[in-house]
Formats: sequence, C-alpha cells, structure tokens
Amino acid sequence: MSESIQDRVLRVIATSRRIPVESIRPDSTFEELGIDSLDRLNILFDLEGEFDIEINDEEAKQVTSLDQMVAGITQLVDAKKSASPES
Amino acid sequence: MTRVVITGVGVVSALGLDRLEFARALESGHCGIRPIAAIDTAQLKFNMAAEVQGYKPEEQFLAKDLAFMDRFAQFALTAANEAVVQAGVEWTTDLKEQSAIVTGCCMGGRGAEEAGYWELFHNNRTRVHPFTIPLSMSNAGASHISMRYGIQGPAYTVSTACSSSAHAIGQAFWMVRSGVVPLAIAGGSEAPLFLGGLKAWEAMRVISKDTCRPFSADRTGLVLGEGGAMLVLEPLDSALARGARPLAEIVGFGMSSDAVHITQPSPEGAARAMRGALRDAGLAVEQIGYINAHGTATEANDKTETAAIRAVFGDYADKLAVSSTKSMHGHALGAAGALEAVASVFALRSGVLPPTVNFTAADPACDLDVIPNVARKQAVEACLSNSFAFGGLNAVLAFKAYV
Repeated sequence: MSESIQDRVLRVIATSRRIPVESIRPDSTFEELGIDSLDRLNILFDLEGEFDIEINDEEAKQVTSLDQMVAGITQLVDAKKSASPES
Repeated sequence: MTRVVITGVGVVSALGLDRLEFARALESGHCGIRPIAAIDTAQLKFNMAAEVQGYKPEEQFLAKDLAFMDRFAQFALTAANEAVVQAGVEWTTDLKEQSAIVTGCCMGGRGAEEAGYWELFHNNRTRVHPFTIPLSMSNAGASHISMRYGIQGPAYTVSTACSSSAHAIGQAFWMVRSGVVPLAIAGGSEAPLFLGGLKAWEAMRVISKDTCRPFSADRTGLVLGEGGAMLVLEPLDSALARGARPLAEIVGFGMSSDAVHITQPSPEGAARAMRGALRDAGLAVEQIGYINAHGTATEANDKTETAAIRAVFGDYADKLAVSSTKSMHGHALGAAGALEAVASVFALRSGVLPPTVNFTAADPACDLDVIPNVARKQAVEACLSNSFAFGGLNAVLAFKAYV
C-alpha cells in the first residue's frame, strides 16, 4: 500500500525539522513541535514540492496543527486530482 | 558638541523623480503602489509594487557611464546629485579630500547578476558580461558618487536589510558630529524589481496581493518599492558660515540587535534602539511629536512596533502621531530608511505630518494615532524615524526642527 497523505506530511516535517518521524504525533500542534514562523515557511515550501500543489498564504495562516495541515493538504490534492482526471 | 544639520536632500521614488514631487505626494496622501510594469509578472503570485515611474536613465547619465551602473546605483547618484545641488556645496580641495559617503543597500545589483546568470543557465552561454561584478556590487552607489564629485574621504556601504540606509545616515551623522569629517553624503538606494528577487520575497509569504495597509486590522503584508534618497550632512556652524540653509537638525542615532530570531522582530530590540536615539539626542520623550514608523504592514512588525513604542513612551504614546509612509512609497528595503529620513525632515520643516494611507480598520494590537489616510497640519519639535531589519538589526534616527 502506498504511503498515506498523513504519513507523507509527517515525513516531510520530520525531514525539515531534522527530528525522528516517531517523535511526531498526528495530533501535535506546531507549538508543541517548536515550529516557528520561519520553520512554517520551510515546511510549506517542502509540502508544496512533495505534493506538487500551491498552498495559499491566507489559508496557511489558519493552520496551527498537523491534523489541520493533513486535512488541508488532502483537500488540495483532491482538488488537483479532479482538475486533471487523466493523471 | 557639534550640531549637525541637513542642508540638502534628493529623492527618486514611486512618488516622483525629485524631492518636490516626493513632498507633494506625502502631503496629499498619494499612494505610489501600482501593478508592476518592469517585468512580466506571470510567474508571480502578486503583481503590485511601488515602482519608479517615468524615470529615463539616459536623461540622467551619459551612455558610457550607464554601462557601468545598475538601476540601484543610478538611483543613488541621481538622489545624491539633487541633494548636493540643494545644499549648494562648494567643493574645495580640502572638502573633497575629507568628506564622507555612506550608502545603504540591501539587494544591491542582483538584478544585473540575474540577467547574466540567466544567459548562463538557460541559453548555453559560456560567459557572463564582464561588468557583472562592478554592476552588482552593493557599494557601487557609493563609488559612483565618489567618482562623480571627486570625494576621497571615508566611503562605504552598510547592508543591514531594511535598516541599511538608516544605519548609513546614523554612521555619517556620528562622523560629522565627532569632527572626523567636515561633510557627508548619506542615504541609500534599491532596485529590487527583478524576477528572482521578487520570487524570493514571495516565498517569505509577507507580500501583500493588494496594497500596503500599515497598522490596519486587515493588513495583508508589505509591498516592495524601489528608489533612492540621499542627504547632505554638515556641521551647523560651517553650513551657516557658507550661507547654506539648514532643512532640519539630525540629533540622535540609536542602534541595537534583537539577538533573538532571523526574521521575527522583538519589541525589546526595537525599544532599545529608540531609547538609544533619544539618549544620543538628549531628548525627553515629551519632545517627540511624531514617529515615522518602520510600519511594513506585516502582521508581526506592526504589532511589535506598537508594543515597542508603548514600552518607550508609556502613557505619552497616546499623544504621539505615528505614521508609515511605506503605505505610499512602498518598502524600498535598503532605501527605506533614507526615504523615511527625508519624509521626517519634510514633516519637521513643513509642519505637515504625512499620513498612513490605505488605512481601513483599527487594530487593537496597533492602538496608536497613525494619522489615517489624510496628512495632518501639526508642527512638531522633534521626531524619530524607525528602521527594523530582518535579522533583528535596528536603527533609529532622531531629527529636530531647525528654527
């Protein structure tokens, strides 16, 4: 089975933060993970690359936890799939 | 101690090609932010900037000189020329030998660099233009001013991101005040409207997609600007002796480093710089009537700057007028401090405080009198001009009306 969106998000964050992926819980908040504004930029950049999506600035500002991040990414990935059904 | 005055200023900005157009625009609350014309913005997620309009390099410079000057260096020299003419400087041999030039610049001539590298990366060119280095080096502005006037004293460039030209003016002020130099040309310039630079700013997610609304609850970030501004600084006595007319007095300079975070500002660092400027000037907080704020219109800056102003001024903060002229001339990075120093000098001189335009809704976290949208006729004795850079490097200048 291929890697789930949640697993991919956790992997990207773990790589970006240089921490073991096991140390991140899916319900962690950015605050708990010590992710500040600049880390967020870095993670958003990496996620955009991982999923080949564009994350809107204003929407990104509302996201404060991994749950919300996974939900947001899932939405964007679904929107992308329905926009290009052939892929 | 030697009193130091400003006897000439020059400006190129989105608000006009000289100081008079700049002054008129500030007083009328004219916003210089428009869709970018310099480059195709198809690859950008935003398209607004405070771009210099109607500037024709060939009207300012000979073709042979232009070949060696990136746009940012042209802005530096154009502004310096205007400032020197207004000051009416008579360049004696001694004055040329001893005067200083200090410029501020953040991005420098990276636009010229980008053009060269583009050819290298995309068009299979094996060479870049031989002038790429002299065009792109951040000190080019200082060097061209030096060569134009034969000024041979201390000349250098300060690069502290958005505080660059405030640091430059402060350094020059201290050199004149201490008697190290008899005169200084100081300020800054910037020309950041090239694709790579704009993409880099876009990636910071701090650029507004509509306009610049400092201190407004619905602010959406900064808008980049370009331009240059230069000031001629000299001792009051020698200015009066040669019959020059002081525009304002420069009385204090404070610097600090946040020592906290590479992009997040700290109110303590900003407050230390403001206190430093007041102490250096020997001014009491009640003597300050106006602050030309850093006021970038980012979420973080405006509330941090408000907290810092409240920390320094206490209850008196409610009586202060504070505005961000970046709402009109954009955030010109290395030129910002110099443009805002000139705006401060004009405010002292004319008794008209420039507004914060595009202001729509009060933000409880920015509860200062920000002179919303319309300039205010109000004579003030002294003012501060704040500059707070990415990297946490702060510079605050204090000016006093010359009467």
